[in-house]
Amino acid sequence: MTFFRPSFRHPDLPPNEAGYTRRDYEGGISTLCAGCGHDSICNAIIQACFELGLPPHRVAKMSGIGCSSKTPAYFLGKSHGFNSVHGRMPSIATGANMANRELIYLGVSGDGDTASIGMGQFAHAVRRNLNMLYIVMNNGCYGLTKGQYSATADKGSKGKKGGVNALESIDLCELAIQLGAGFVARGFSGDKQQLTPLIKAGLSHHGLSFIDVISPCVTFNNNPESTKSYHWVREHSEATNTFDFVPFRQTITTEYQDDATEAVTLHDNSVIHLHKHPHAADVTDRRQAIDNLEDHKAQGMILTGVLYVNPASADTHDILNTCERPLNSLTETDLCPGSAVLEEINAAHR
Amino acid sequence: MKQLQGVNDFVIRFANVNGSGSASANNLFAKAVFRMGVPVSPKNIFPSNIQGLPTWYEVRVNAQGYVGRRGDVDMVVAVNGQTLRQDYDGLAPGGYFLFDSSKPLPEDFRRDDVTVIGVPMTLLCNEAFDNPKMRPLLKNIIYVGALAALLDMELQVLIDSLTKQFRKNPKLAEPNIQALQLGYDYAGEHFQDVCKLSVQRCNLVGDGIIMDGNTAVALGALYAGATVVGWYPITPSTSIIEAFGRYAEKFRIEQDTGRIKAAIVQAEDELAAIGIVIGASWNGARAFTATSGPGISLMSEFLGLAYFAEIPAVLVNVQRTGPSTGMPTRTQQSDLISCAYASHGDTKHPLLFPCDPKECFDMTADAFDLAERLQTPIIVMSDLDLGMNDHYSPPLHWDPERVYDRGKVLNAAQLDELTTTWGRYLDTDGDGICTRTYPGAHPDKGVYFTRGTSRNEYSAYTEDSGAYTRNMERLQLKWETAKTLLPGPRIKLHEPQARLGAVFYGSSTPAVYETIESLRARGIAVDTMRLRAFPFQPGALDFIHHHELVFVIEQNRDGQMRTLLINEGDLTPHKLIAITCYDGLPLASRSLTQAMEEALAERGILLQQLAPGQGDAQ
Repeated sequence: MTFFRPSFRHPDLPPNEAGYTRRDYEGGISTLCAGCGHDSICNAIIQACFELGLPPHRVAKMSGIGCSSKTPAYFLGKSHGFNSVHGRMPSIATGANMANRELIYLGVSGDGDTASIGMGQFAHAVRRNLNMLYIVMNNGCYGLTKGQYSATADKGSKGKKGGVNALESIDLCELAIQLGAGFVARGFSGDKQQLTPLIKAGLSHHGLSFIDVISPCVTFNNNPESTKSYHWVREHSEATNTFDFVPFRQTITTEYQDDATEAVTLHDNSVIHLHKHPHAADVTDRRQAIDNLEDHKAQGMILTGVLYVNPASADTHDILNTCERPLNSLTETDLCPGSAVLEEINAAHR
Repeated sequence: MKQLQGVNDFVIRFANVNGSGSASANNLFAKAVFRMGVPVSPKNIFPSNIQGLPTWYEVRVNAQGYVGRRGDVDMVVAVNGQTLRQDYDGLAPGGYFLFDSSKPLPEDFRRDDVTVIGVPMTLLCNEAFDNPKMRPLLKNIIYVGALAALLDMELQVLIDSLTKQFRKNPKLAEPNIQALQLGYDYAGEHFQDVCKLSVQRCNLVGDGIIMDGNTAVALGALYAGATVVGWYPITPSTSIIEAFGRYAEKFRIEQDTGRIKAAIVQAEDELAAIGIVIGASWNGARAFTATSGPGISLMSEFLGLAYFAEIPAVLVNVQRTGPSTGMPTRTQQSDLISCAYASHGDTKHPLLFPCDPKECFDMTADAFDLAERLQTPIIVMSDLDLGMNDHYSPPLHWDPERVYDRGKVLNAAQLDELTTTWGRYLDTDGDGICTRTYPGAHPDKGVYFTRGTSRNEYSAYTEDSGAYTRNMERLQLKWETAKTLLPGPRIKLHEPQARLGAVFYGSSTPAVYETIESLRARGIAVDTMRLRAFPFQPGALDFIHHHELVFVIEQNRDGQMRTLLINEGDLTPHKLIAITCYDGLPLASRSLTQAMEEALAERGILLQQLAPGQGDAQ
């Protein structure tokens, strides 16, 4: 069944700086369960892209398989999308990015898609620091196959069917920091205020940005004993530094005078202003960032917000020294050495 | 004792220890034969090991131009103690046994039908050279020098080769030339006129080249404009990517920036390697990967996606001996079925079968055009023998006027001109191929969602049976279109047409032609068809229909090409006789001839009816 969203919008809704309306960033109607956290994340993506004024057709949406991976159909309807195979989004995104470095790559995956079947591809896309935003919609279970635990389900968490998860959970953010991602954050689908600027910062960072968004599965994993339920996350989360994200195109109106504010300038000259609590960990320090995550985990708390940021990282193209022009724009003249050179090569093989 | 004799017609086998630097000495010998104008085919028979295990290098010298492996060894250069016995016993009666006589031959080496030639290589080497690191390498050059004397070769050709090889480091050329001379002088002095095999200068190689298939594949990809490579190391395909990388460093550097006009990504596994290719092709770059059988197994999931979502991909499969890890450094043609039908569901892929380096170059370049025209994966089926061994081949050629066929891709202007609603999977001209767009091409036209799930003509998700079936039928139509674009078979018929036919492909080619010729000389005419692509064109099936009995010759146990022919051509199985050689070694004409003779003898009536005088080959 295919749903179409009515295209009528109030004529007075203002466009963004680039002249696009919010409607230009919307997609098809969601077929996920009513109340699914993933829909809130889609809305945050739409809002972030709208606020950044990204040309929608310059974004490429990539995903794997699962509830989360279906969502690229529900946002940015004017962008090309690629719903690939289970756990393999990172390699498709790598190839696409190699072909055209000028598009913005937005990868969406789930905890099953990333932390189990796609663990290898996730790890290596992070290692090669692919220039993309990688969002995991993390609900701790497999929704489309009716609620089995995933590898991010916390040890001791209890699902709807009552069984206790006995296995250690994988913290994707901690891994991403270890593997070299330059921007790592954790959000909550129930907190759009925090999530939207996280996505904006992630889209502006050069290199791999990873955002793990806890997104309760209302159908299979939202009972109070589940550590991925709305209730639990609201009760047990704590933000790192509160922060403001200022895209480079905007005039900075807010003045931060106090010593507790640190400005991190991203590759495109956007700025993240981090408002530090006294004694808070430094999120630009990799070791402190990991300690911070572990310390909170030990206290039974979920740490959200910007967990780690290092704006000066070389992405895959930098590492491979590929040309600035998109490879998919090169023609015979650029690529073919010609018949005279081939004659020389023949001669060298005689 | 009757000694083997032959001018420009013999087989020499070098028995070495892996990792002892013998490869360059052996190659020096083979190249010198070629530079004397004589067709030559060296085959490296090596272990899955870096150092220490036995390795052989078999060189066939043949003035008639038969450059397949022949089988049997006329002369052996035995410098590996581990295999001394085996090499001695395996020598053909009348053959020559050249060994390092620094240590005497064991007493039980008592054949009276071989000529033993002892050259004290280690002693000569240690006497002449002080550097212990250089000695093992120079010892190899000593036996090349001895061979030059025994085979009446022009020493100057070898000296020139060494000078060329070490032109950047002339200091190294000096001891090498000295070693060459040492061996040459010793053998000339002690074994004058002992060996009845010789190489004589002639002019039989024309403008031919000596190249390995993997280098030719890499050049094909370079010339065809491949810019994205996803790969994972696996023998015997790795040298394709290495060669592509070397050529890219040379010919793909952007002059003003020094940056590379290619992205070569070493992936974490073969799944990611093909994923990178598919992602890049989807985004409008020409992309390829190279792998071998185990990689094909892992790539199968993604190949199904590319087939169904209709994304171009070029994949080169350098086949090795399976199943499983099998014999990773030995050759075979045993991935036909796994490639033809790779992935679950009704999935099938066009295959190309190159037979020499020139075809490796041409077919790889063509594969990019075909993949983009047909919007589907194209698999080039090479093998270890073709890919890693040097082959005598016609020179590579590139038409300076050639333009890449990028297939049905709509740009922004073409999208603006459309008067009807565009559909990614809408076939508007009846060839089963639809138009596609690159991401980012147009602000609001030509956008679509790519997926491995079923969809309608406008790429919207659907589980409607009608839409699903229409799509599958269109893919079948595209398969028919593919047959008109793929290279056709090469058929050689007798006049009048023979009643027997032989079908083969790929690296079997030179050995098969030699066998067919030897059968003809003995009065049995066999028409031949060299297949160059799957799916089969009508002409290929006609060849089989028009012959009473057809031998299908291939390098696997199960007769996989035969199975494909029976299945796709709706052929009667008993008409197709499987001739299979699958010991992991390059197909040898002598053993193939024997297998053909036995198969013919089993059908004795045919032999009698096929009297001499059936006509000459066209």
